This record gives sequence, C-alpha cells and structure tokens, in this order.
Amino acid sequence: MHPLILVLIFIISTILGYFLIKNVPSLLHTPLMSGMNALSGLTIIGALVMTAILVNEKNTVIASIIGALAIILSCINLVGGFVVTDRMLKMFKKKRNEE
Amino acid sequence: MIMLMTNTMFYLISIVVSLIVLLGIYLMSKVEKARLGNFISSLISVIAVVITLIYFDIFNSKEALIITCYGIIIGSFIGTFLALKVKMIQMPELVALFNGLGGAASAIIGIVTLYTSPQVFEFTTSVLAIIVGFVTLIGSLVAAGKLAKIIDGKPVVYKFHQSINIFCILILIAGLVLSGFSLIPNQYLTIYVIIISLFSLIFGYLFSIRVGGADMPITISLLNSLSGVAGAIAGMAINNVLLVSIGGIVGASGLVLTQIMCKAMNRSLVAILLSKGIITSQVKIDTNNSNNYSKNEDYSQKIAEAKKVVIVPGYGMALSQAQFLVKQLYDELIKLGKDVKFGIHPVAGRMPGHMNVLLAEAEINYEDLYDLEVINKQFKETDVVIVIGANDVINPAANTAVNTPIYQMPILNVSEARHIIICNYDTKPGYAGVDNPLYQDYEKVSLYLGDAKESLQKIIDEFLNY
Repeated sequence: MHPLILVLIFIISTILGYFLIKNVPSLLHTPLMSGMNALSGLTIIGALVMTAILVNEKNTVIASIIGALAIILSCINLVGGFVVTDRMLKMFKKKRNEE
Repeated sequence: MIMLMTNTMFYLISIVVSLIVLLGIYLMSKVEKARLGNFISSLISVIAVVITLIYFDIFNSKEALIITCYGIIIGSFIGTFLALKVKMIQMPELVALFNGLGGAASAIIGIVTLYTSPQVFEFTTSVLAIIVGFVTLIGSLVAAGKLAKIIDGKPVVYKFHQSINIFCILILIAGLVLSGFSLIPNQYLTIYVIIISLFSLIFGYLFSIRVGGADMPITISLLNSLSGVAGAIAGMAINNVLLVSIGGIVGASGLVLTQIMCKAMNRSLVAILLSKGIITSQVKIDTNNSNNYSKNEDYSQKIAEAKKVVIVPGYGMALSQAQFLVKQLYDELIKLGKDVKFGIHPVAGRMPGHMNVLLAEAEINYEDLYDLEVINKQFKETDVVIVIGANDVINPAANTAVNTPIYQMPILNVSEARHIIICNYDTKPGYAGVDNPLYQDYEKVSLYLGDAKESLQKIIDEFLNY
C-alpha cells in the first residue's frame, strides 16, 4: 500500500477517534483508557507478521526469541487490557436503595 | 491476480474491522453499553489476529505457528493473571505497565523491520517506531514505579537535565534524517540501531523522572496516547492498514484525556514535562488551633438534619481504602431519605476517572456520581458537604492565590455549602503545596484529622447514636 495512503488513514482514524472519545463521560474515563490501552496491544499483528517473516528467512532462532518476546509483550497488553476493562465495567451497577 | 484479490480483501476486512472498533468505542460512552463495547473490541481483536494468521499464511508454517501459539498462550496467561489480581487502587500502575509493554513490542517490530532491507518509508517509520516505542516503555515503567512507590514520587531533576534532553532529541532527529536519505550503510546498521535505542531510552527516562506524583494523571494519558502512536507507526513500517488505523484511534483517545486532565488542573502540558510551577504556599495558616472548631457532635446533628448531602472523595479516601465505609455512610443516609450525591473532581485519583472506579467497586450507584460542572451548581443548596481525603481540589485558594500551581484550577466549590465536614489526614497542604484557607473557617467547618477510615467510622457512629 502506498505510504501516503497509510499516513492518510492514520490521520482520518485519529480525527474520527478524537470526536468519538470526546463524548465519553468522565465517569468512564478509566475503563476507556484501559480499553484503548488494550487495543494498542493489537501491535501483536505486527509481531505475528514479523515472526513469520523471520521464520521464512530461516532465522528461526531470532524468531523464537525476539519474535516470541514481541508476541508475548503485546499479548499481555491486549488480553490483560480487555480483562481488566471488563472487570471494571462490571462494577458499574445501577443500584437504588429505595426500599 | 489471486494475490491482488487477497490484498484487496485484506484491505476491505481491515477497514471493516476498524469501523467495528469505532463502534465499540462509541458504545463505551454509555455505561449500560460499555461492557458490550469492550467485548466487541476484544472479539474484533481475536478476529484481527486470525485474519493476520490466514493472510500471511502462518497456519502453513509449522515453526511460526508453534512460536505464535506459545507466545499467545504465555502472554494471555500473564495478562489475565495481572488483570484479575490487580487492586482497583493500583489501576494506574497496571495501565502504565501495559502501555509500556505495548510500546516495547512496537519498538521490537521496528528493529526487526530494519533488518529486512526495507524501502525508505519503511526504514524511517521503523526508526520512529523504535523511538516512540522505547520512550513509551521507559516512560511507563518510571511512571508505574512512581505510582507503586518503588521509586520516589517527587520530581527528580539532574544536573544539565535540559541540556541532555535536547542533546538526545538532536541525536534522534539526526538519526531520522540519515534514515530518510538512506545514508546508513548495512555494516553500520547494528551500531545505528543501538545508538537510536539507547538515546530513546535515555530520553524516555529523563522525561518521566521529572514528573511529580500529582501530575501522574496527565503523564499516564500522554503515555497511553504514545503507545497508540507507536503501534500506528509500527503498522506503517510493516505496511499494515489495520494497525495504522487502530493506533491512530488509540493515540487520539490518549490525547483527548491528556487535554481534559490539563484543563482540569489548569496546567499546560509543556509546564508539566518541564516540571515547572511548584511554588510554595502563600496563604499561611495556624494549624494548631483545632480547639476553635465547633464540637463534632454539632455536626452529627447537622448531618441528621440535612436534606441534601454531597460527599467529596479524594485520593486520601482511596489510600486508606475507606470507600467501603463511605458506602456504609451513603446507605445510612439514603435510608433516612436524604439526597446524597458524590462530587468528583476530574483529577481525583491517579488517572482520569479513577475515583469513579473506586466508588463503583464499593457498589455505589454510578448515577449518584457527579462531575465538577454539575455538582458545582448544587453546592449552594447543599446542607452538608463531607470531604474525605481531598485537599487541593476543594482549595478556595485556587481562586485567589496568584502564582501558585493551583491558581485558576477549577475546584469543587464546597465553601458554598452550609456546613462542611472535612476528614483529612492533617491540615498540611496537599501535593500542590498551597495551604487551604477552609481550615480557618471555624464557624462552618468541622475537622476530623487522621486516617480517613477511623474518621468516617467516628462520623458514622456519632451519627447513628444521635
């Protein structure tokens, strides 16, 4: 894909994200942040591709050390981020003590 | 031709996936739907991983598949373990740590891409990914260390701090320019990578070690933004549309939160990064005069007679884990048919929205949590305000004390209420170092000094026995 298109996509998604996130109430800022944080773990996609390329080039040792490290790190970010966000959101309950 | 088809399909899928992520974020703006939004985002991440495995034919490479599986299993296990184990008060540390790991992964991708003899655009973006990724990593680790009190939370400024910083930036810019003109011969690539990595790490360390504890919400938001940007740049380096768009969205979210936090503290981002604005107190008060305060018993009467009560929690409440006693007080007040609201300052806690999470953990109805603008209109009609472990955010000196760090910072105007009960550890100034004139208002203010938990217990007991 042409570099310019990539840069353009980056700009568009930044602007879209900006306006969407402005609407999130301060009540939910922490879960929002950890959810976004989890999404930044999608860099795992890059780690997967990189590992595959390394294996293809017969750099198996590097792939299984550095590639695996990148996969593990981004996966901690991804999975941990979503789990902790869910844990927090579960706590936001509507509970009226009007008995 | 077949290749072209799959390419087009991959781009189309990437765009659809990005749009669904946007939908997930949209859902996160409503409390009832937020959990669904998070679920959609996590599901779409799994789909994105599977698509990547198919598109790059990783399923057919046995070795790559084994490494992938091991990596994902170990990573998921550690991530889930940390996420389930963490206490709500430690949330900022965890988010910072996760941020850092994501940044590290992006930097590693950048480094490896450099060795695959890339084109100029890929080369330069790889270098950028290394820089942003490593700055995020070290910055986040230092921030997490400060929050967890592993390292001193005070701003640390070294000799020649600013000069070394500028030197680092110049080296990194020079490195980028060299890469932009493909001026790095292959035999020097490793040295080049080491220099870039080293100076990125030094710069990240210098920039975060200088930030003080009270400015953490802003720093964490900024690092969150950086981790997204690092991912997006790594995406450019490896030509991956999905990574670019999602990194952009994450970068924007961090930026929005940084902006909100800066506004809430009336601080400029530059001032925080340069560690400016900590000037000592101007309003001096005599703190040894606790005898002058009205008798506490009068205040249990005030609570009993009050119709409208506003509770203002601060980080002191979180530190002494008093939120469950707050919940007890809240329940007792509600039982008596009183109108109870919570006034929450945007910077209460150590990350944006932290206080809301801590109160939600104590099972306080989120509909009773109000933010600054809304609750400030209500203090005039409020009979009793109960402040628990908050100081700077209720300090009226913010309106008058020119040249102090909190000057013109939006505060909760608790002094407009009829009576104020403050449960703080002591009457010393808060993080901002500015004395609070409220402590001198003996007519209106009742003080319970000491641990928030004990003070609250006392209030609840007195009030129940009244």
